[in-house]
Amino acid sequence: MTTISTILEISDLTKFFGGLGAVRNFDLTLKKGDLNGLIGPNGAGKTTVFNLITGIYEPTAGDIVFNNTSIVGLEPFEITRLGIARTFQNIRLFSNLTVLDNVRIAYHPHTKYGMADGILHNRKFDVHEKELTEKAQDFLAIFGLENLQNEIAKNLPYGQQRRVEIARALACEPRLLLLDEPAAGMNPREILELMDLIHFIHDRFDLTILLIEHQMRVVMGICKYITVMDFGQVIARGTPKEIQENERVIEAYLGKGAGHAA
Amino acid sequence: MELGFLLGSIVKILGILAYLYGLLWVLARPNRWVKLIGVVGAFGVVQLALTDFGGFQILTNFDSGLLFQACAMTMVALGLNLIYGFNGQFSLGQWGFYGIGAYTAADITYRWVNGDARGLLVVGFGTILGGLALIYIGRWLKRFRGVPVLSSFTLYLIGAILAGTVAVYIGNALNPMFEPLLGTSLNPGILNSPLALQIVFFLAVVFAGIFAAEVSFLFGLPVLTLGSDYFGIATLGFTIVVNVLMINSDTILPFPEMKGGRGMVGIPKLTTWFWAFFFMMAVIIIMRNLIQSSTGRAIISVREDEVAAKAMGIDVAGSKLLAFVVGSFFAGVGGAVYAHFIGFLSPGTFGFLQSFNPLIIIVFGGLGSMTGTIAASFGWIFFLEGLLRVLLSQMGTEAPTWRFVLYPITLLLLMLIRPQGLLGNIEWGFLKQKDVLPRETSAVDQPEVAASKA
Repeated sequence: MTTISTILEISDLTKFFGGLGAVRNFDLTLKKGDLNGLIGPNGAGKTTVFNLITGIYEPTAGDIVFNNTSIVGLEPFEITRLGIARTFQNIRLFSNLTVLDNVRIAYHPHTKYGMADGILHNRKFDVHEKELTEKAQDFLAIFGLENLQNEIAKNLPYGQQRRVEIARALACEPRLLLLDEPAAGMNPREILELMDLIHFIHDRFDLTILLIEHQMRVVMGICKYITVMDFGQVIARGTPKEIQENERVIEAYLGKGAGHAA
Repeated sequence: MELGFLLGSIVKILGILAYLYGLLWVLARPNRWVKLIGVVGAFGVVQLALTDFGGFQILTNFDSGLLFQACAMTMVALGLNLIYGFNGQFSLGQWGFYGIGAYTAADITYRWVNGDARGLLVVGFGTILGGLALIYIGRWLKRFRGVPVLSSFTLYLIGAILAGTVAVYIGNALNPMFEPLLGTSLNPGILNSPLALQIVFFLAVVFAGIFAAEVSFLFGLPVLTLGSDYFGIATLGFTIVVNVLMINSDTILPFPEMKGGRGMVGIPKLTTWFWAFFFMMAVIIIMRNLIQSSTGRAIISVREDEVAAKAMGIDVAGSKLLAFVVGSFFAGVGGAVYAHFIGFLSPGTFGFLQSFNPLIIIVFGGLGSMTGTIAASFGWIFFLEGLLRVLLSQMGTEAPTWRFVLYPITLLLLMLIRPQGLLGNIEWGFLKQKDVLPRETSAVDQPEVAASKA
């Protein structure tokens, strides 16, 4: 049952692409303040789940309840405005714009001046534009990017692009943050920094975080509870320790019989 | 003679570029009095150059024709740059909206000087009522979740048609009150005094722009859901439909004064340098302010990455529609200004081959560069219509046709040498985004401290 402390409740979520069941009868419940992981082999349907939550795909069946309201059938931008933000597996920055503009765009739904004020460039515009810029700079400062604010996003190194993307997602002022493989392509040092960063934003912004990750040390290191998917279905749930010992999980990752060999 | 003319033309084109640079520079000054004096000065300089001092005139009538044409083209091309360069929607419909603006405004003033106020009344009430209908239907539709685009389109269309019908009735009812005041073309009444005509012209231009914007809203709503290439084809279709309607405006449409394919003659030549400058500056300032506001950033983000924009809470469909409507408004205003300087509208001017002109200009000047668009509009008109036409006509009567060989070659070379356009994304003075300086002290706590400890 949905209670006050539940922020996201997914029940019986199913998505078919033609005859292919990408996600079948997927259930997931997140409580406020959770930092949970979603793992599984390639093609298990993890990113599809994210796309279903954020409204990029419409589910074939099932329900997604966020803060006690169903968000199925809403436009992606409406879902974001309700408080779900995400990052992408393959970085999707606004690559020809500056780092600062990338973050400022995420503020657009919260802008306190209208289009008419923008066209007139009146006092209201000046005040709120300054405020908005400062807020964006605050986010960049948290991520140690304040000196790169006027750089074009595509010119940044990979690790920093990831940081910009997370900063941009946070600027949406979400309650729930979905991170799609945040550590992909990072070196071990960057991964350590990223783990600290995720912990930090989780505490500071009072966020609920769900993350997809292939790097086991990230998942096992920061997630309190893990859901494992394979072939569109949940095959295991539990704490990192339980998951590491789960036979079906080992089988899904390494193949049948590997569990005995290990 | 030819060499002298060539040099003179080059000096003129360079002079215009320097003029534009100066204008944009002075507009960027922080002091508002300096700005005002600068703009008035920029207006005055050209006004003086256009004045005939007993046979001596720096800019001849031929030049002033080019100048007004360039101003109109600037507005159209800026509108298209907003749609294609900033919003990323490849549109060939700009020329159709240009034509709609030209014919609408021309019809208003033509009827007015011929003692018929219905043009202004019907278009005026029609655009206002239609605009209100669209706004209120839009607000009402927001209450529902997941309304199909075609359903909402139908509702908007019904609203617009109702508003138009009401406007026609209002126009017919009010017209007799105006008739005695307007007089006839031979014996003009009080409302046909020069001052009144200027006001009517201003209203005609504004209403023509709004009308084009409303048409673009109705057209764009269903069509913008198409992907980029399909949208381009659909907008090309729009331009052709508008052109066919123009050719048959006296037969299938009830506008005998437009004279169909023979062309509309007798439009009062009301566009002065003041109006051309005024509307061009208005378009430039509106567009620059829009682009540099949060709404503008949302528009640009749609060009960069639609999926990411959606995920950042940006109403992608709404942003596309907004850019399309504002761009078409600019086209409508540009068309209205053009119609009143040339005094004659022929459907041939609005054919689909010409619809590529603004597209060529914005690609030439640089997609997403306002400065490039403005410079290219002026350069293009003065180069193609001014320099080449006169220069080549010295070599024989058929020679001017060669300019349509020369300028595609120029275009080809430019694309090979500078694919990002003449100015790329360089902006001058006023149009340049102000740099945001990094802040000196950061009072924000950072996780880096924790990372170094770990």
